Amino acid sequence: MLTLHRKLVRDLGALKGQVAAIAVVIAAGVMTLMIAVTSLDAIRLSMERYYAEHQLADVFASLSRAPEVLAHRLAEIPGVNQLETRVIAPVRLEVPDFADPVRGILLSIPDGRQPLLNRLYLRAGQLPETGRPDQILISEPFAEAHGLQIGDQLRVIIRGRYEDLSIAGIALSPEFVYQVAPTDLLPDYKRFAVMWMNRRALGNAFGMDGAFNNVIASLQAGAEAAPVIERMDRILAPYGGIGAHDRMDLISHRMLIEEIGQLRVMAVVLPGVFLGVSAFLLSVLMGRIVGTQRQQIAVIKAFGYSDRDLAGHYALLTAMIVAIGVALGVALGFWAGDAMAALYAEYFRFPELVSRLQARVVLLAILVSALAAGLGTWRAVSSAIRLPPAEAMRPPAPPQFHQGWVDRSALGRRLAQTTRIILRNLARHPFKSALTVAGISLSASLLLLGHYQFNAVSHVIDLQYRTVLKMDTHVSFIEPTSRRVLSELRALPGVRYAEGYRSVPVRVVNGHRDERTSLLGLPERPALRGLIDRQYQPIELPAEGLFLTRFLADDLGLAVGDPVILEVMEGQRRVLEVPLAGVVDEPIGLSAYMNIEALNRLMREGPAISGAWLLTDSGQRPALYERLWDAPRVAGIGLISEAEDGFRSYLEDTVLAMMAILLLLAGSITFALVYNNARIAFAERARELATLRVLGFSRAQVGWVLIGEIGLLTVLAIPPGWLLGTLFSWLLSLAFDMDMIRVPFRMAHQSFAFAAAGVIAASSVSVVLIAGRLRRLDMVEALKGVE
Amino acid sequence: MSSQKPSRQTVFRARDVSKIYQMGEVTIHALRGVDLDLYAGELVVMLGASGSGKSTLLNIMGGLDTATSGELHYRDQELSRASDRQLTAFRRDHVGFVFQFYNMIPSLTARENVAIVTDIAADPMRPEEALELVGLKDRMDHFPSQLSGGEQQRVAIARAIAKRPAVLMCDEPTGALDSKTGVRVLQVIEHINREIGTTTAIITHNEVIGRMADRVIRLRDGKVDEIHENAERADPAGLGW
Repeated sequence: MLTLHRKLVRDLGALKGQVAAIAVVIAAGVMTLMIAVTSLDAIRLSMERYYAEHQLADVFASLSRAPEVLAHRLAEIPGVNQLETRVIAPVRLEVPDFADPVRGILLSIPDGRQPLLNRLYLRAGQLPETGRPDQILISEPFAEAHGLQIGDQLRVIIRGRYEDLSIAGIALSPEFVYQVAPTDLLPDYKRFAVMWMNRRALGNAFGMDGAFNNVIASLQAGAEAAPVIERMDRILAPYGGIGAHDRMDLISHRMLIEEIGQLRVMAVVLPGVFLGVSAFLLSVLMGRIVGTQRQQIAVIKAFGYSDRDLAGHYALLTAMIVAIGVALGVALGFWAGDAMAALYAEYFRFPELVSRLQARVVLLAILVSALAAGLGTWRAVSSAIRLPPAEAMRPPAPPQFHQGWVDRSALGRRLAQTTRIILRNLARHPFKSALTVAGISLSASLLLLGHYQFNAVSHVIDLQYRTVLKMDTHVSFIEPTSRRVLSELRALPGVRYAEGYRSVPVRVVNGHRDERTSLLGLPERPALRGLIDRQYQPIELPAEGLFLTRFLADDLGLAVGDPVILEVMEGQRRVLEVPLAGVVDEPIGLSAYMNIEALNRLMREGPAISGAWLLTDSGQRPALYERLWDAPRVAGIGLISEAEDGFRSYLEDTVLAMMAILLLLAGSITFALVYNNARIAFAERARELATLRVLGFSRAQVGWVLIGEIGLLTVLAIPPGWLLGTLFSWLLSLAFDMDMIRVPFRMAHQSFAFAAAGVIAASSVSVVLIAGRLRRLDMVEALKGVE
Repeated sequence: MSSQKPSRQTVFRARDVSKIYQMGEVTIHALRGVDLDLYAGELVVMLGASGSGKSTLLNIMGGLDTATSGELHYRDQELSRASDRQLTAFRRDHVGFVFQFYNMIPSLTARENVAIVTDIAADPMRPEEALELVGLKDRMDHFPSQLSGGEQQRVAIARAIAKRPAVLMCDEPTGALDSKTGVRVLQVIEHINREIGTTTAIITHNEVIGRMADRVIRLRDGKVDEIHENAERADPAGLGW
C-alpha cells in the first residue's frame, strides 16, 4: 500500500494552502480546549491540594467580642471537628515611600506555632517567636508589591495606636488565595495587606485580651454545614455574631469557584465552535477533493483496489490534516497554557500552581477533533467509495440546468451572460451554496461574538465607573457615626462634595433560599452612587421598601411586591419583613438598598452613617488623605479611580486578551473558509473558465464568474451571520451571568459592521489570491484531456 | 510474421448482454444483446463508431461495470452475477487496463504509477521491469506532467501488464496520440501479447489497427455486427494513418 501512501503525501503537498487553513482552525479548537482544560485542572487541583494540605476551615463566623471560655461550647457543637478562635483586626498601614492610604487586616495565630486550621504556607522567614509582640508575617503579594523583605519595619495603626512592627516572614494562606479587601472585587496588592501576628500580642493591641472576635471550624467527615452554622449563630448571637457562613461565602473561595465555572463554559463552547467549523471545512474540502479525483478513484478501483483501501486512503488524508492541526494546537496550547497559568498565578495565590499537562487532555483533544473530522468527512468518503469505476470513467453527464425565475423575470433578461452563469451555478447546487453560506455565516457570527465580548466588557466597566460609582474617594468609619460628620468632611481641603451612606450586614431570606450581603442606606436621590434601571436611568428610593440587585432578586425567586425577610446581623439583630419595592440593574456585585432614613428607623438609631463618598480635587488629594489619615474614626480610604484602573488592567489581562485571540482565530477561520471555497471552485471551473476565454471573453468577464459568485455568497452570508452571532452572544451572556459580574446583552451597531467588514475583508484577500491564479489560467492546458 | 493460431480455449463468454444507463436526462441503450467469445492468448480489435457500445462492452468484460441483463463468464466465473467485492478481486487478479486518456495519477511518478498496481498484485513484475518492457527505463522518475502523451500511454501499458494479467483491455489506446507515437504504443501492446500471451482486447474506431489483430469484431448500435478473422496478423510497424 506504499504507493497509495505516496499519493497521499503528494496530495497533501498540492493542497497545502487549504490543508494549512483547516489545520489552523483545528489547532484553534485544540488550543482553546487545552487552555481551558489545563487552566481548569490547574486551578481545581491546586485549590483542592492547597485546601487539604493547609486545612482550610469549613465554617467561618465573625462577632463583636466573646470570652475565650465560649470556645468550649462552640467546640461541642455536633459535627464540629476542630475549632479555633481568632482575633481579626482591621488596620491601617504606613509603607515607606508609598503615599496612598493602605488598608489591611491583621489575623491572630497561636503564639509561636501554626494554627490548626487555615495553616499558613511560609514562603520565607519564620513564624513570629513566642513573646515577641513586634513581629508579624505579611502576605506574599503585598510583600512583592512593595518590595518588602524579612526584617523590614512597617508602621501599623491598630485602634488608632501606632505600632512599629518587624517582618518575621512572608506567607500565603488558603483563606486568601484570591486576596481582596472586604469591599473590593479585585485584588489591589499595593493598598490592601493581609498580615498575621501572635494571638497574645494582637489581643493586647486590639483590646481583645482573653477574648476573640472570629471563629473557624472544620467539620467531621459527612457532617453538614447548615446545622453547625445554625447552632453557632445561636451561641454567638449575644456576642454580636453577624452570622456564620460556609466556604461558599468566603470571597476567595467564591471567586475560585466562579472562575472554575467560567472555565467550564469556555472548555465546552469555544472548542465546540472551532471544531464544528473545522468539521464543516473538512467536509467541504473532502467532498470536493473526491469530486475532482473521480477519475483517479475510478482508475485505482479499476486496478482492483477495494472500497476499504480507498476509504482508508481518504480517511488517512483526513487523519493527516487532523494530525497537523492537533500537533499545532497542542504546541500552541502548551505555550498559551503556560502563559495563562502565569496570569492565574498573579490573581490566584497558590504556593504553587499545579500545572501538569496530562496526557488525558491531549488525548481528549485528539479524540474530539478526530470525531469532528470523522463526522465532516464521512459523507465525502463514503460517496467516493460508492462510485462505480466505469461510471467515473465516463465524462460526467452535463449537469442539469433549467430556466429558473431569474431567467423569466424582467431583471433576469437584462443580466449579462456571465452573471447568469453565476446564478445558475448557485441554483444548480442549492445544498452546496447553502453550506458555503452557512460556513461564512458561522465565521461572521464568531466575529460578532468576539466584538460583542470586547464591547460588553468595557461597557460594564464604563457603566460601573461612570454611572454607578460616581465618587472618586470612599471613606469608611470604624463604627456608625452621626451624619454631622459629613459637614466636617466637606470642610476638608479638596472635598467638593460628600455623601453619607449606612451599610448593615444582612441575610436576605425567601423561603429556604438566602443570601448574605450588605444593605446600603442611601439618600432618596443619591448623587454619587447611581442606582439604575434596565435603561440605565436613575432610580429614586421611596421612603419605604427594599431594592435588590436584579440578579439577587431572581436568584432568590423574588418579584416586586413580594415580602422579603431581612435578618439584620448587627446591633439588635432584628428580623424584619419588608416588601420588595424594586430591582436595580447594576452589572457588578450583589446588594440590597433602602432609603437611609428608613434604614436608620429599622435599626432604631439616629441619623447614622457607616461611611462617606467624596468628590475631590485631584490636586489636593495627598493633603486630603493625610488629614483623613489622622482622623481616628476612619477605618479605611478607598480610591475609586485606582480600583477602576485595577479593573481595566484585570480585564485587559484576562478577558480582552482572550477575546483578542478569539478575534484573530475567527478572522483566520473566515479566511480559511472563503479561500478554501474559492480555490476549490476555481479547480472545478478551470475548464469552463478557459472555455469562456477561448470564446473571447475578457479576463475581467471570466474573473467575474468566479469572483462574483464568491462576492454574492459572502453578501448572502452576512445577515444570517448577524442573526447567529446575536444568538451566540445572547447564549454567552447567559453562560457568564455570575454572582460577581453580569455582562449585559447589548449589541452595538459597530459589532454588526465589524462582523460584516471582517468577512468581506477575508473574502477580498481570497479573491486577490485567486485572481493571481486566474491570470495564469492556461487556456490550452485546461482544455486538454481530462486527467 | 506468423500469427500463432490460439488453442481456442474460451476466456470470455458473453450471451445476450444488454446495458441501459441514465446519462443526465437521457436513457441510453448502450448494449442490446451481445453474444461474443474471446479466446486465450488472442488479440482482438473491436471496431465501431462512437456510441456503438464498444467501450461499454469492454468495461463490463473488465469488471468495471455490470450488465443490465444477460450472462457473462470469465472462464468458470459468472461476472454478470458477481458482487462488487468479487469484481474488485477479478480486476485486481486478472485484468490490466489501458485508457484513451492514460489516466495517470498526476501526483505519482511513472515508477509509482506502476507500483500502485504491483503493490496489490499477487505475482507482479518489478515496476522497473515493466517500464523497461515499454522502453521507458530512463524516464521512470518523471511525473505525468513531464511526459509526452505517448510516454504516458506507455506508462499506462506498463502499469497494466506489470501484474502479469490474463487479460489486457485497451480502450482507444492511440486515440489521443499522433500516428507515429500510436504505432509505437501498438508495437508495445503486440509485443506483450506475443511474449506473455496475454489475451488482449483493443477498442478503436481506426480501421487500420484491425489489421494487427487475430480477429476483428465490429459493433453497431450495441450489437455485434460482424466478426472477421485475419489470415495473418500485420506488424504494427507497417501500419499508418
